[in-house]
Amino acid sequence: MLTININGDDHEIDAPDDMPLLWALRDLLLLTGSKFGCGIAQCGACTVHIDGRPVRSCVLPVGAIPGRKITTIEAIGATDAGRMIQEAWLGHEVVQCGYCQPGQIMAAAALLARNSAPDDAAIDAAMAGNICRCATYSRIRLAIKAAAKA
Amino acid sequence: MTLSSAADTPPASKVSRRDLLAGALVIGFATKNAAKAWAAEPNVPAANSAAGRGSGSDVPNFGLNGFVRIGRDGRILLVMPSTEMGQGIYTAEATLIAEELEIGLDQLEVVAAPPDAANYAQPLFKAQMTGGSTSIRGFWTPLRRAGAAARMMLVAAAAEQWKIDPEDCVAHRGVVSHAPTGRALAYSALVDFALRQQLPQDIPLKAPKDFKLIGSPLKRIDTPAKVKGAAIFGIDVVVPGMKVAAIAMCPVDGGRLRSLDDTATRKLPGVVDVIRIDDAVAVVGDHYWAAKTGLDALQIDWDPGPNAAMSSETIRNDQKTAASAGTPIKGLLNGDIDAAFAAAKARIDAVYELPFLAHATMEPINTTVHVRPDGCDIWVGTQTPVVAQLLAAKITGHEPEKVVVHNQLIGGGFGRRLQADTIEQAVLFARQVKYPLKLIWTREQDIRHDRFRPAYYDQIAAGLDEHGSPIVWTHRVTSGTVRKYFNAGGWPEGQLDKDAVDGSWDTPYDFPAIRVDWIRHDPPVKLNWWRGVGPTHNVFVVESFLDEVAHFAGRDPIDYRRHLLARTPRSLAVLNLAAEKARWSDPLPPRSGRGVSLHKNFDTHAAVIIEASVAPTGEIALRRIVAAVDCGIQINPDTIRAQIEGGLLFGLSAALYNGITFQAGQVQQGNFNDYRQLRINEVPPIDVHLVASDAHPGGMGEVGTVSAAPALANAVFAATGIRVRRLPFDRAMLATKDSA
Repeated sequence: MLTININGDDHEIDAPDDMPLLWALRDLLLLTGSKFGCGIAQCGACTVHIDGRPVRSCVLPVGAIPGRKITTIEAIGATDAGRMIQEAWLGHEVVQCGYCQPGQIMAAAALLARNSAPDDAAIDAAMAGNICRCATYSRIRLAIKAAAKA
Repeated sequence: MTLSSAADTPPASKVSRRDLLAGALVIGFATKNAAKAWAAEPNVPAANSAAGRGSGSDVPNFGLNGFVRIGRDGRILLVMPSTEMGQGIYTAEATLIAEELEIGLDQLEVVAAPPDAANYAQPLFKAQMTGGSTSIRGFWTPLRRAGAAARMMLVAAAAEQWKIDPEDCVAHRGVVSHAPTGRALAYSALVDFALRQQLPQDIPLKAPKDFKLIGSPLKRIDTPAKVKGAAIFGIDVVVPGMKVAAIAMCPVDGGRLRSLDDTATRKLPGVVDVIRIDDAVAVVGDHYWAAKTGLDALQIDWDPGPNAAMSSETIRNDQKTAASAGTPIKGLLNGDIDAAFAAAKARIDAVYELPFLAHATMEPINTTVHVRPDGCDIWVGTQTPVVAQLLAAKITGHEPEKVVVHNQLIGGGFGRRLQADTIEQAVLFARQVKYPLKLIWTREQDIRHDRFRPAYYDQIAAGLDEHGSPIVWTHRVTSGTVRKYFNAGGWPEGQLDKDAVDGSWDTPYDFPAIRVDWIRHDPPVKLNWWRGVGPTHNVFVVESFLDEVAHFAGRDPIDYRRHLLARTPRSLAVLNLAAEKARWSDPLPPRSGRGVSLHKNFDTHAAVIIEASVAPTGEIALRRIVAAVDCGIQINPDTIRAQIEGGLLFGLSAALYNGITFQAGQVQQGNFNDYRQLRINEVPPIDVHLVASDAHPGGMGEVGTVSAAPALANAVFAATGIRVRRLPFDRAMLATKDSA
């Protein structure tokens, strides 16, 4: 049994060390907000925070994270940056199909938490790892800037 | 507003018809038999809803076109005939009903329609399908009538109670009131009385000037749950007792499983079963990772079958051969083509080629199925729920009504889920086990085992008069047919597949003589719809070639188009608007250029101007995009803008990066590293300008995608003088000699 800390709570999970965090979240804890998109850290749909930093949970073995604090999309609204990003996302009507948006929001919230006024270059650097096939990119950029001003 | 959030509703299997009759006003439209409109049969609840897990709602399977259900508990439930896959259709269709029902979007819940073509068929298809940018075009009138009929019956019920003329009552935000006496009753309080009203035969609809909701940029009803990670997509479905499967499929389409050694797999912890079908193996686990780990331990020997030697080279050569040797099927013929070419002062010819394309939706293919002796449940996001139901009925031997399809939010459709091959596969596996089974494809399987947008080979020519104007225009398309996969018994030889010529035989332009035809050549590759299949292909060819012709004639590409638009003023208007907003004539730096495209597909007129620059290495940078769109009456202008923005970039992703290729029968691309998509750092500012119009609403989902590639190709020509006639863009061709 492994103990992992998710959204402030410790959870005991029966999982092999090499199981990616994504599948532990989705299949063992039923936290399905983090999405499976590519499995090789190419699309960012699975993004969660470890100690506030965005990571791709599809390639992160659960054996590597005991003692670290994981935050997922289900709880990011409890942080200032997460809440502001979610509100800006709705205000600018970013979302289309929405499948990638938990990952987009996690990446954006991490950016906003460390950079209160990101410029275009900072947004590109923080967000270029997150693919959106509905291509909501223009609105993502606007919403991040709006959240920064909020 | 919530999405089917009625947690307090009992499971429908426990709801008797009598309860529903007593508890809800169910409204249909165009009712032939009014009594049947109330015949809400029990239905099985959706286990998961867009509002989050555990908040599933019951969907009455209405007797006739039931889009509106009003409960005595104050709930107003609208049944959505179209599938939500990001296009905002739940909001738009709810808006149409709410406009006439006189409620706000904050007062309603929506739920996906069950498979039921009699009630929920798309009028333009006469089948229950979401695709082809048809949803609003087809449901524009029926959904408003459904809302209006319900409101009329509620008002009549109130008037009867108050013994006054219904004309003196007003309905507003779910309440009927009578101003002179100050009386008011909520819709919920009127249900029992409204049930006794006759369905109105004459259902007048609002004039556009009276719209309160239609035309406003209302907030989408599906997005609050999506930003919280609470929305449930098909892949998120959890059913009690469910197991998860990872699968291996024969890497060559048409091949078979020859032999399998699963000894090592069966010893692994968490592995539950290994099951097989003709061309695939599934490892079932307690969770996906156990299944995936078990899959990697299998020893599989595949028989690759008849396509083992297939390659892109053989496919392309066969298609080229067919283009010269095949028999053309007439699409459009106006005028004397030979005489016009003979009279022309100049003739130009070109060949264009487009690749197979995958859909690469963000949500990989997945299906959850529970086959039992007494029936079958399927949880999946599908664009064709009836097809899914009938396929599962055939495989399981159950009557179709015993197959319940719980349609889910889709993480991007783009046409992929118009085919149910993946659902068929899931049922073939699931019928071998007793528990509910969720199958998840990897990204690599999603791309390699996709059914593809066809590859095309186009021969196009124009003859010009002494002023450089086109007096004759011919376009021959060579391709396979997608319709073969959607028509019982395949597609008849010699019959035109209109999709092959869509966007070519109906350009906005006036050509004195024109011939458009199609040579059918079905490749050894399975095909499917994509985002705007026919128009996305043909408009690229037509708009690129028209640009070639304009340059040949020494004319400005926009001015040249203007002179061909005498019969399509709406097209001319969007072209002029785009040119003005893009400052078409302003100078640009070296190796930069603007390109235009114009089309009028899906009953929408769209002009797009892309500004791009090309580096000496051949790399293309997008600088700015301006779109001008006339889609008739706008339901939600913000959603329209979003569809244009996203649709354009979807088309540009394909044009810049995408082409599915084959080697030894296998698809060579597999994930986002080698099937690249545009990322945020590559995306320029996009300005969308909408033209006010009273015309019937046009389609939106595919419009931007159609405009994208030709506008970029024309911009690249303006920047470099190099004409791109083959997609995706070949950067080496665009590099300067110094950097090559």
